[in-house]
Amino acid sequence: MFFQETVSQAPQFFGLVPWIVFFPVIGLLFNIAFGGMILKRSPAGEKIVGWVASIASGLTFVVSVLLLVSLLGHPEGMVVPLAEWIKIGSFSANWSFQVDTLSVVMMLVVSIVGTLIHIYSIGYMHEDVRHNGDPGRYGRFFVFMNLFIVSMMILVSADNYLMLFVGWEGVGLCSYLLIGFWYDKGEDGIGNAVAGKKAMITTRIGDVGMLLALFAMFWAFGSLDFNTIFAKAPQVAAASPVIILLITLFMLVAVTGKSAQIPLYVWLPDAMAGPTPVSALIHAATMVTAGVYLVARSADLYILEPQAQFMVTLVGSATALFAATIAVGQFDIKKVLAYSTVSQLGFMVAAVGMGAFVAGMFHLVTHAFFKGLLFLSAGSVIQGVERGAHHIEHDPKLKKQSKSLGPDFDPQDMRNMGGLRSRMKVTFWVYLIGAISLSGLPPLAGFWSKDEILAEANKLYIWAYVLLAIAAIFTAFYMTRQVLMVFFGKPRSAAAEHAQESPPVMTIPLMILAGLTVLGGLINLPEFHTLEHWMEHTLGQAIHKAEFVMLVAALSTVLALLAIVAGWWFYNPRRYEAFWAEPAAKRPDDPLRRLIGPLFELWKNKYWIDELYWAAILNPYIALSRFLADVVDWRFWHDWFHDQALFGGFNRLTGLLAGRIDLGIIDGIANGLGTLAQRVAAVLRSVQTGFVRNYALSIFLGVVIILGYLLLR
Amino acid sequence: MLPIEYYTGLSVILFTLGALGVLIRRNALIIFMSIELMLNSANLAFVSFARSYEGMSGQIFVFFVIAVAAAEVAVGLALIVAIFHTKRNIDVDQINSMKG
Repeated sequence: MFFQETVSQAPQFFGLVPWIVFFPVIGLLFNIAFGGMILKRSPAGEKIVGWVASIASGLTFVVSVLLLVSLLGHPEGMVVPLAEWIKIGSFSANWSFQVDTLSVVMMLVVSIVGTLIHIYSIGYMHEDVRHNGDPGRYGRFFVFMNLFIVSMMILVSADNYLMLFVGWEGVGLCSYLLIGFWYDKGEDGIGNAVAGKKAMITTRIGDVGMLLALFAMFWAFGSLDFNTIFAKAPQVAAASPVIILLITLFMLVAVTGKSAQIPLYVWLPDAMAGPTPVSALIHAATMVTAGVYLVARSADLYILEPQAQFMVTLVGSATALFAATIAVGQFDIKKVLAYSTVSQLGFMVAAVGMGAFVAGMFHLVTHAFFKGLLFLSAGSVIQGVERGAHHIEHDPKLKKQSKSLGPDFDPQDMRNMGGLRSRMKVTFWVYLIGAISLSGLPPLAGFWSKDEILAEANKLYIWAYVLLAIAAIFTAFYMTRQVLMVFFGKPRSAAAEHAQESPPVMTIPLMILAGLTVLGGLINLPEFHTLEHWMEHTLGQAIHKAEFVMLVAALSTVLALLAIVAGWWFYNPRRYEAFWAEPAAKRPDDPLRRLIGPLFELWKNKYWIDELYWAAILNPYIALSRFLADVVDWRFWHDWFHDQALFGGFNRLTGLLAGRIDLGIIDGIANGLGTLAQRVAAVLRSVQTGFVRNYALSIFLGVVIILGYLLLR
Repeated sequence: MLPIEYYTGLSVILFTLGALGVLIRRNALIIFMSIELMLNSANLAFVSFARSYEGMSGQIFVFFVIAVAAAEVAVGLALIVAIFHTKRNIDVDQINSMKG
């Protein structure tokens, strides 16, 4: 649990850890400085910009692997100080990197998935910038992506909560920037910007919880360093358990924001407004799992508070089921995956909540692989359909034939797809691998990690097991529905008819991720429990000994198979085509509606949670803001207080000073003196007759008077 | 020797004549002469008292008066000549351009 610098013979690369941040910083600085110029000057500019960013990300993977090698010899890890940051009195927070088995697992996941997605983006953004009509933004995309890697690496490698918070906010910023990457697109030309704003504000509510947790920790422990806090935690918990409960619950608020749990999950589906690689990297594989990492990192605090653990488990398992049901009712290929992500995050949060930290982290890793894969494949599908639409646009003969492609043709709507299996072979196969893994069929990665969570839930909280098992059934069902709607049957639009496979720069990362999805389960197979033994060095006493329960595994496999069969029954190509062939006016939007119409309406409209938030929180809030702005600020403060009271009062005061006081009194005195002198002079002037004899007479009289006075006194 | 009252009496008469001359006459030259008359009546009083009290200070004072009177005459006559040059007249009632 605690780390000391130890002398050893084995090769140590711990000192390299700051480079996981420096490499992407170099990459993004390069692209900021030269990206625009390269893009303008060189015909291969996009490749240069993209590969610089990808190599910067790839080098972080190399460093992470070197750290892994070092940890094999020194599993206790090390804190690598870089610089002093804040030092106030006895409090200090430094830029130090925590290298231990937990953080290195995160670094590896982030860097390998991140690198593959960077490479994929080279191809994806090439078409995306043209499709959206602004190739100049190509470089900006990779700057933001590298900035995201920087922030995420700061988050996972921090050795104190304050540095973690810097990364936490940094990834939130990148999420905002990338959701709103096409800020001038979307509904009414601001849809994407609104989605970005929604993500920013919703996660900010969670971040307030994070800040409160930081304050509470500082108050209780006087420090924010992981090692200090975890060492002191048992004695603080013994003295006042409430404070630990507060800290852990505030952290839960932060988790619900960042990891999209009830009640703050609403931003994640809207975040699909960003380019698809962003959805894959940030909103599926890495950033949204930061909450899971936070709970796992704070395992020593959570195991002290069963109530907090209960709450986390409740939130996680409720979200898992809730979001899984919504996913069934979606038609947008990315929205299905978005709700699936929310649901799978619920699995992870429930796992770390119930104390199954290894199971949670295991699922985090496998989910990063298969959900990253699914999103990237979805991106490939969308671009394949867009390529089909483009193809039709530029072929007059085809254009005349196909009337279905209006200006509001949605290339993301699964109802416009179908039959892509034969047109996009690679994408189909990798998508199928991802979908099976997510559905939880052995022996793919998703099965092992989900089953470990279910086994733990079965042992610890039986109600959580029930919720999660039902969520798993829904998961298998909606994935079957999606795969059948997208890839099977006949194309339902001309664009899907002419869909084309993506270039190798996109499909090769997909194949690598598919390989990882197949093999990902190996890291923590039952009997071996490699990941568990690996994590033991960091999580120590917080770890549960995982058991493989054959019954649970068999049951979940059977349930998943049943769900797939049910999905096949509803959406098999023959049946779905027959359904689709019915006249549009008579048929509902989905076959499921015939059976469970109201329920499907509920799911399709996401339980009207967005509308509820608007009615209950946002509209009153906006009304309050309007009131404050119009009445309090404008009328009271501006019109009355500022304009009338302050400005008018000042005017009146200065008017008084200038008019009455200055003109009246001061000038009056000065002018009065002048007038007085004039009047006196007018009187005295008449004495000055100019006759010499008059003067002589007055002198004479004066002498007489003075002499008379002198003589007679 | 004549009593002092005779001298002072003469002095008073002369001073009064001089003062009246200054006040009444309009010819600048006559006024000048009247001033000389007043000065000399004062001189007469000075020397009379000096003789009477057998002191020297009165006689010394008379020398000063004569010296100052000589200077005054020089300046005064020069002024009268200058005024006559410009105005062709030395009537003091005509010279009132300094009237306020």
